[in-house]
Amino acid sequence: MTQQTLEPLVEVENLRVEFDVRAGVVKAVDGLNMTIYRGRTLGVIGESGCGKSVTARAILNMIPKPGKITSGEIRYHRQAKHLRGENGHSTKTDVVTINELHPDGEVIRQIRGGEIGMIFQEPMSSLTPVYTAGTHIGEAVSLHRLSATKKVGDQIAANVAAARKVDRDEAREIAIEMLRKVGIPKPTERVDNYPHQLSGGQRQRVMIAVALSTEPSMLIADEPTTALDVSIEAQILDIMRELQGSVNMAIMFITHNLGVVANMAHEIVVMYMGKAVERATVSDLFYNPKHPYTQSLLKSIPRLGEKKTGERLASISGMVPDPFNLPTGCVFHPRCPAVMMGKCDKIAPSWTKVGEDHWVSCLLYEEVGA
Amino acid sequence: MAVAQQTLTVPKKKAQVSQSYWSLVWWKFRRNRVALFGGVILAVLYFSMGIVPEFVSPYLLERASNYTEAAPQQVHLFDESGAFRGPFVYGLERQIDTVKRTRVFVEDKAKIWPLGLFVQGDSYQLLGVIPTNIHLFGVVSDDPDAQFFIMGTDARGRDWFTRIIYGGRLSLLIGLLGQLMLLFFGTILGVASGYYGGAVDQVIQRSTEFLGAIPEIPLFMALAAAIPAFWSPIAVYFMLTLILSFVRWGGLARQVRGLILSLREREYVLAAKSAGASDARIMFRHLLPGTMSHVIVIATLAIPGMILAETALSWLGLGLRPPLTSWGVLLQDAATVRAIHTTPWELWTVPFILLTVLAYNMLGDGLRDALDPYGGR
Repeated sequence: MTQQTLEPLVEVENLRVEFDVRAGVVKAVDGLNMTIYRGRTLGVIGESGCGKSVTARAILNMIPKPGKITSGEIRYHRQAKHLRGENGHSTKTDVVTINELHPDGEVIRQIRGGEIGMIFQEPMSSLTPVYTAGTHIGEAVSLHRLSATKKVGDQIAANVAAARKVDRDEAREIAIEMLRKVGIPKPTERVDNYPHQLSGGQRQRVMIAVALSTEPSMLIADEPTTALDVSIEAQILDIMRELQGSVNMAIMFITHNLGVVANMAHEIVVMYMGKAVERATVSDLFYNPKHPYTQSLLKSIPRLGEKKTGERLASISGMVPDPFNLPTGCVFHPRCPAVMMGKCDKIAPSWTKVGEDHWVSCLLYEEVGA
Repeated sequence: MAVAQQTLTVPKKKAQVSQSYWSLVWWKFRRNRVALFGGVILAVLYFSMGIVPEFVSPYLLERASNYTEAAPQQVHLFDESGAFRGPFVYGLERQIDTVKRTRVFVEDKAKIWPLGLFVQGDSYQLLGVIPTNIHLFGVVSDDPDAQFFIMGTDARGRDWFTRIIYGGRLSLLIGLLGQLMLLFFGTILGVASGYYGGAVDQVIQRSTEFLGAIPEIPLFMALAAAIPAFWSPIAVYFMLTLILSFVRWGGLARQVRGLILSLREREYVLAAKSAGASDARIMFRHLLPGTMSHVIVIATLAIPGMILAETALSWLGLGLRPPLTSWGVLLQDAATVRAIHTTPWELWTVPFILLTVLAYNMLGDGLRDALDPYGGR
């Protein structure tokens, strides 16, 4: 990909999401910062329960019930769709603060699906069983996509035409076209199939087709391939990358599969207990990890062809801390191999730059008086 | 050997057909004889009473005759001398019963009124558009007094069978209409209650409990008494339907709520939401269809309740009133000891009600099994 000036699309600033449950308050996301750039892929990795999915939901302002965004901002640089040019570049953007929108209002519903699409972990159950693949795509298309009929040299007519919704036949054609794009064989037949008639891989592709049919500016893929077997996983990833190139779409790729993320992302954020602990470009992160947590994660990947057979696979010692009772100081310190007692358990680390586009939140790289 | 040969022949490649849910349902339903029987009975009842009552009944509803409180006439095939005459009835002759001290009609063996199918009678408009005077059965006679009362007559000389047919039209339709309205209230409130939860849920559930806590008949009576007496019978009819569905939506709303509570946690709801679907869209396009098979069964099994409630109310004199004719109104005619004593044929209404209710229950049971085609049995 040719390097161009990076345009921010979604900026997450100091995001805090808390779940007020009976047993106490869980800080699911605790002061998270990240930026997703137009046309780029941001990988988000971390253990289960570290707040990856909650962050994704927060971007769509869809935090499930007892949860609440208690502070921070999610700024979305919105481009009005009809102002987008031929190659997907904008002439005008305005900034929308997503977490201040009414959670069921008109604007957020336009953004959801229309401008930020999402693919879920469970392709098997993410399609409504009573509707065909075509109906699903048609729903998204008719909710968001405007018919692209445009008359040259007639600005007023163009605006009027752009406001027209896609009709039924057009939606069906788009559905077939999308199914073909995501590599479903015989799309003209499959378009009339119900979810139970499709295989898992096909269902996931339909989900992707639904998300991409509206040509969103950003796709949030929340562990999109965990339920699939590896061969289909590779196909799905290929399709996503291909489509990303053609519509200049940003992807937020959430996973705990380090192999997949190395393959997909330009930049990676590592999360631990609701906080970002390290952010770097893919090569930096994999070849030069700074944070002890990242280092341990990378060590715990089994590798083929390494000499020392018979040795136990490295794992991160200790347990994920109790979310109601987080450790003081750096949340990772009880499990950290490089812990500096007296320091790590007292002082919370802050975001430190350790290289070009490489940030880490660890006291090892921070000058603090003990 | 021949058998083996046959099995070895390569079967023609069949087009791959996957069974849709509804074709499985139909396949299973069809094998349930009892349910099918119930369905056929209902189809016949609704067609004959709801759509073409003028054709099925030998007379028009308000056609009165001189034969008041005549007992059902016996259909004969052979006359006094034993000669075959085809189906016929004897003429009616007025007499005074000295024991009962009432006027009675007895068979006048001198007159023979032959019966026939598709006979000409009172003219009417079939389906409201086709003018005709053909009735399914009746007397074929030049005698202007010739009449055929298969189930006797009432105090004004009106054919009781005709009245049952016309009464069935209102009674059967009130069941359907009321149930449709109930479905409307029940599903909307149930879906909203289950989907939103919280305060909405509380309000809706507490109101169903409140309505459920009041004994039904007194509540019906109170509501029915509130219908202004000067309203036209048709307005009363629709008001009554509304009341019936209003009192009973709670049960359905509860069932729907329960289903929605489990369905709303499915991933596809989240997916729909992330695709920008509004709450209403999620509730009615994505969640409601999932409850349909349940709702259809509940509704089918509840229709006889509606019919019975109308009958009970009208019987109490709180529902439909003459000149409207419903089964409840007919039963009210038969509700006195005197009526049972002198005109017991007026109880012919009861078998019709029983038949309808039974048919609905048979159909509903069959549907319940069939709509779960993947289940056991």
